[in-house]
Amino acid sequence: MTLSQLEVGEIGIVKEFTDLEMSVKLMEMGCLPGEEIRISRIAPLGDPIAIHVSGYQLSLRKFEASTIVLQ
Amino acid sequence: MKADIRVALVGNPNTGKSTLFNILTGLNQKIGNFPGVTVDKKTGFCQLPDGRTAEIIDLPGTYSIYPKSKDESIVFSVLADKAKGLTPDLIVVILDASNLKRNLLLYTQIADLKIPIVVALNMIDVSDKAGIDIDIDLFAKKLGVQVVPVSARKIKGIDQLKNAIAYANKIALQQDTIDVEAIAPQIIAQIKDDLKIDNSYLALQLAHQHETLSYLSTEQSDRIEKLEHEFSFHSQKSQATETIARYNFINDLLYDTVKKPETAHDETVSNKIDKILTHKVFGFVIFFAILMFIFQAIFSWSAYPMSLIEDLFIWLQKVISNVLPAGPLVSLIVDGVLAGLSGVMVFIPQIAILFALISILEDTGYMSRVTFMMDKVMRKVGLNGKSVVPLIGGFACAVPSIMSTRNIENWKDRMITIMVTPLVACSARLPIYTLMIALVVPNRNVWWIFNLQGLALTAMYLLSIVSAVTVAFVMKFILKARERGYFIMELPVYRMPRWKNVGFTMYDRSKTFVLQAGKVIIAVSVILWVLKSYGPGDTFAKIDQKYHQTQYVKTMTPDSLTKVIASEKLESSYAGVFGHVIEPVIKPLGFDWKIGIALISSFAAREVFVGTMATIYSVEGDADKMESVQQKMHSATNPDTGKPVFTLAVAFSLMMFYAFAMQCASTVAVVYRETKDWRWPAVQFAYMTGLAYTASFIVYHWLK
Repeated sequence: MTLSQLEVGEIGIVKEFTDLEMSVKLMEMGCLPGEEIRISRIAPLGDPIAIHVSGYQLSLRKFEASTIVLQ
Repeated sequence: MKADIRVALVGNPNTGKSTLFNILTGLNQKIGNFPGVTVDKKTGFCQLPDGRTAEIIDLPGTYSIYPKSKDESIVFSVLADKAKGLTPDLIVVILDASNLKRNLLLYTQIADLKIPIVVALNMIDVSDKAGIDIDIDLFAKKLGVQVVPVSARKIKGIDQLKNAIAYANKIALQQDTIDVEAIAPQIIAQIKDDLKIDNSYLALQLAHQHETLSYLSTEQSDRIEKLEHEFSFHSQKSQATETIARYNFINDLLYDTVKKPETAHDETVSNKIDKILTHKVFGFVIFFAILMFIFQAIFSWSAYPMSLIEDLFIWLQKVISNVLPAGPLVSLIVDGVLAGLSGVMVFIPQIAILFALISILEDTGYMSRVTFMMDKVMRKVGLNGKSVVPLIGGFACAVPSIMSTRNIENWKDRMITIMVTPLVACSARLPIYTLMIALVVPNRNVWWIFNLQGLALTAMYLLSIVSAVTVAFVMKFILKARERGYFIMELPVYRMPRWKNVGFTMYDRSKTFVLQAGKVIIAVSVILWVLKSYGPGDTFAKIDQKYHQTQYVKTMTPDSLTKVIASEKLESSYAGVFGHVIEPVIKPLGFDWKIGIALISSFAAREVFVGTMATIYSVEGDADKMESVQQKMHSATNPDTGKPVFTLAVAFSLMMFYAFAMQCASTVAVVYRETKDWRWPAVQFAYMTGLAYTASFIVYHWLK
């Protein structure tokens, strides 16, 4: 299961990444393996999404979310 | 001023770094450039409690020392390049106390470079309120640095921070955060050896960033490249390992020092606001309502101060022409300089309002929500959610907006944004639109609340957005992408705008506009005055002679005689000759030679138009009746047909030309600076001027 499959309000825990290049950028922003992520909202047009991670709000595109594999 | 100590401010975006910088330096700051790059370098001076002076450098906000954009790349090179003499003696790392985890990543990276550090724990009031309990003493002890809790917004803890800066150690005493050498032991050891550096993390960073660091010599860079192959160093894998190690350190640190309340997941105020502002329907309704409000405000709020400024200049011109004896000097001051200047000064209120409103949108955090909402649409047309900020900023001025595209990490997205931003109706077009609309569009209300003139202006603004988006869409297919695009962006918590900052931005931008535009306008006005006051050879003398003959003196009143002489002189002056030369080219657009002069002089800067018009038409005005440009243009008639010059068709054709044409020397210069290639501004100039001619032609023939 990947982050892009979660609905608003659902919570997941990061397991691993499918894309090394994206993973480096995501980890810098606090999306690390073991970290809890909650979907805060989805943009009006369906993409990008906003997530709550490491104590703040981060937005990323659905594609980027699909590279985050959840436990 | 000479400083005793150099201090750099480093921190994540949205941590209140700029606010802290403003408090520390007051108005005692200047904006310059870092050598070799075009990133703004803000420096200022701060008096320390021990009597010494500190030079404070505000470095661009960044999440990590690994740069993802042009702006961010400056942070590491300032800290690492010892040769240029920019390296700070002390770094103040600003951490957002309410969001420590992510903020600490940058701290650990900086700390490992072993430059003396003081930590400013900002927004301590916010974190206190949220019930976050930070054991600051233990926190400081574990890091091995001074930690000063501050609140930049509430101006608390500033004296303590100054004290900490003054009495900071000259050698770096911070604890190691991670075992850097374990990441890539061989290459680190070899680089340290080859380049004679003693810091392991610096060596590791050179392995990562050597290709983009300008201060390394080619041999050094090639040597590092060879080492990378030799030890099969993989930059991304190494960075991933490092980041995970750093967050392990951070988690341990926070586990011991920070207690968060258990009531997580409850609705914050920011969340509630977001539910409305990024709502499926209301989100867009509110966004367009805000844009509408901005345009209406520009028009209605500025009306009164504008007429005040206008009256002031008319009064000034009157006084000068009454007090001083008539002659070429008075004519130069009144008809040249003052006429040109009043054309610009009058628009200060509108520009100030626009800049103030845009800086409020940015300051509150709303602008990043617009980015969030618009990303999908923008991507369809070859742009990026982040292009929204330069595009909206383009309503104010293309020059700072093009500079702000440095935040766009993707090369193709950034180039397209740069290419289309000058199409957005900037504040310099506002004078022309205002003038033309006031001339031909009646000032009355339709549908209860909408002012017809305001609607016409809104239409011009909408057109600019539509044209920018269309051109971007075309360019999407022409340009080839260099790397993968992505969109990973923080959505900062909503905050009240810092009114002082808004006021400062408003003042600063208006001042820059007046000074920069003013210089060009005075120069152009003086040149123009000379060109229209003198003609080739003895043409002027001949005209005087001609009208001194008895047949004219007897049949005409002295008043109409002066008028005829003046307009005949203008036509045969250098400016007139020049205008006539280009007339065949612009005639299909409905422009006469007088507009032609204004059009050509506007290629330096658009706002010159109004001043030029004022200078040209002041020739025909009655000597004892000072009028505003608008009145003069309104009464201007075509001598051949006797009809008004500025008809609906001409006015709109003119607006179309100004909407599309690249008439701004500063923008051409900044596009060159940002792209480092003359072909970009050249292509931009050509396509925009081509579009301008076509659009004007169509509109003129359609409305004629």
